[in-house]
Amino acid sequence: MRRFLVLILLITSVAGFNAFATDLTLWTFQELHANFYQSMVPVWNAANPAKQITLKPEVFPYDDLHNKLLVALQSGVGAPDIADIEVSKFANYLKGTIQLAPLNDLLDPIKDKFFQSRLALYEKGGKYYGIDFHVGMEVMYYNNEIMKEAGVDIDKIKTWYDYIKAGQQVVAKTGKPMCTLETTEHWSVYPLFSLAGSDVLDKNNKVILDNPTNVRVLQMLYDMVYKYKIAVATPGGFHHNEQYYGFMNDGGAASIWMPLWYMGRFTDYMPDLKGKMAIRPMPIFDGSVNGIKSSFLSTGMGGTGTAVTLQSKNIPLAKSFLVWVKGSKEGNIAIWQQLGFDPMRWDVWTDPAMREPNKFTRYFQNNDIFGMMVAVKNGLNTTVVSGNYPDVIDILKRNVSYQALVEQSKTPEQALKDAAAQLRK
Amino acid sequence: MKQSLFQSSMRRAPYVFVLPFIISVLVFYLYPIIATIVMSFQDVVPGETRFIGTANYQKMFSEDFSKALGNSFKYTAFTILILIPVPVILAVMLNTHRRRTNAAYRAVLFLPSLVSVVVAGTIFRLMFAYSPRAVINAVIVALGGRATDWVLGGAAQAMFLMVMIAVWRWTGVNIVYFLSGLQSIPSELYEAADMDGARPLRRLFSITLPLLKPTIIFVTTISIFGGFAMFEESFIFWQGQSPNNVGLTMVGLIYKKGFQTGSMGLASAIGIVLMVVIFIVSVIALRSFGFFKRES
Repeated sequence: MRRFLVLILLITSVAGFNAFATDLTLWTFQELHANFYQSMVPVWNAANPAKQITLKPEVFPYDDLHNKLLVALQSGVGAPDIADIEVSKFANYLKGTIQLAPLNDLLDPIKDKFFQSRLALYEKGGKYYGIDFHVGMEVMYYNNEIMKEAGVDIDKIKTWYDYIKAGQQVVAKTGKPMCTLETTEHWSVYPLFSLAGSDVLDKNNKVILDNPTNVRVLQMLYDMVYKYKIAVATPGGFHHNEQYYGFMNDGGAASIWMPLWYMGRFTDYMPDLKGKMAIRPMPIFDGSVNGIKSSFLSTGMGGTGTAVTLQSKNIPLAKSFLVWVKGSKEGNIAIWQQLGFDPMRWDVWTDPAMREPNKFTRYFQNNDIFGMMVAVKNGLNTTVVSGNYPDVIDILKRNVSYQALVEQSKTPEQALKDAAAQLRK
Repeated sequence: MKQSLFQSSMRRAPYVFVLPFIISVLVFYLYPIIATIVMSFQDVVPGETRFIGTANYQKMFSEDFSKALGNSFKYTAFTILILIPVPVILAVMLNTHRRRTNAAYRAVLFLPSLVSVVVAGTIFRLMFAYSPRAVINAVIVALGGRATDWVLGGAAQAMFLMVMIAVWRWTGVNIVYFLSGLQSIPSELYEAADMDGARPLRRLFSITLPLLKPTIIFVTTISIFGGFAMFEESFIFWQGQSPNNVGLTMVGLIYKKGFQTGSMGLASAIGIVLMVVIFIVSVIALRSFGFFKRES
């Protein structure tokens, strides 16, 4: 009998199959996330020999994952142990009796080391149901080759007035647009709402999509296309599709504003721009354009609230792994080094490991990407993502930019007002 | 004794034979319909589902809903306008010379409808891409026109794309339906018409079309169902996120509300409304065909 057992042990260890590890299933919509989680498993296993895991990640298309997960949680069958849930969908999972496991017992001891606004995104009734990757600081990416050709010094662009003026110079000297504006997603308009000190929902979850500040911001974008003529509609409609990657890779536009996590899209999908792109803080609203004035230097955008489902058979283990991989110092450093995300633990931001070269520092012209961000980190605005947020973002994505900027069937004010009216029903 | 046993089992036999069908109707039709009607009056949320009266029905009417209903109506109208007359003409043309090729030809005509909509949609998306090198735009440019943005270009382009995929898929199938219908028309009628000196067009309108009427009614009715139930063609192009809802259909709206935001109650209410709409449209269509008139 003993020989038989030894034989089994030998076979399984030779086959690389750890017979004593617990299987954890994980659903995600982003392959880069799956690779990251998988890379951290050996580190966890080495540090926790009694609690080893075998991770089984599954990558779904974005919509698919969220729909399947919602149905699985509502029907009580088929959900994974751990799931990535994007921030703009997270509120859908907080209805009724929440089917996700609260993370407070593991998070409370360390939570003061985090950017609180990022933790709050996934909180309801004092309980944290998800944990994010990053702060998602909004930054400006300049194609410095085009900017230099136009004779513009990007370090002199401080306000949106400077940006528009620089844009006109770029168009005049190079014929290329200064930027592209998303018309089927919200990454061009929504961050600027927040940068302008506004939002789409107020603290009481009331729709404020059509408030005067937002109208002036959308009007500014409209003017960029039709009045100042420095912007065009993004090819393909949004910044996450092959048409745009090809366009930008060929030097199609001089700049783009997206969160810091968009760096990975540059390194992975726009290789010809290596050594040409420079990251800078966002221009600020100082009242010089459309009277928009705000004290904010940037805002935290996007996010993935990874959660443990109540259907998991290994809730304590799944929670421990999750909070370690996203909440520990080493996890946060790895998040920067592997994924290029600005991690949520501010005590990591001054760690020397963050200044080490990696594929992102080698790609961008910046000498010290993190140093630039530290300078801005106290001027971040936050956003409300609870309640009706998924519906608000959905309508913002689908209707507003398209109607105002492409079809021109409605003025910016009308587009926002109609969208808000639909949401208020 | 044996006689009465046999007689009672004879009486029971029909019910036993029909039982599988009845069970499947109950399980797959009746139960879901009742469940949907019940859910349409509820707020369906994990662990806290409760009745909320007609709130879902009141909440449902929005810009999205009108867009979806309008798109579904337009789509159904276009598909019927193209997919009844054209296959009829083509079927008549194919039927005029009955050759042995018909059998194999019919199989070929069915092929587009057998291709997965996902695959077809992907190919169509590539063919109709915005780039001047995409197939359709390349042809247009070669003929001297300008490349068009088909997928994101607007309502007209969106409707065109959806109808185009439908025409590609169903023309062959409808031709087969009409060919079968045509072959039930006795050839003596045509011979008699020939002897009376009737020209082809006269034959078409006086003999072919009237006798094809049952088939036309059948195809129209299933086209109405198919038109209002259309989902995949739209989903393939826009994944439910068409700009300005140009590609949104009723079933697409149910999918959005039910699965993307988890509002099962609201989605059920929309489903019930859709069922009523299809019923009304079908009854109107059938009445205009004279379906409900007693044969004189």
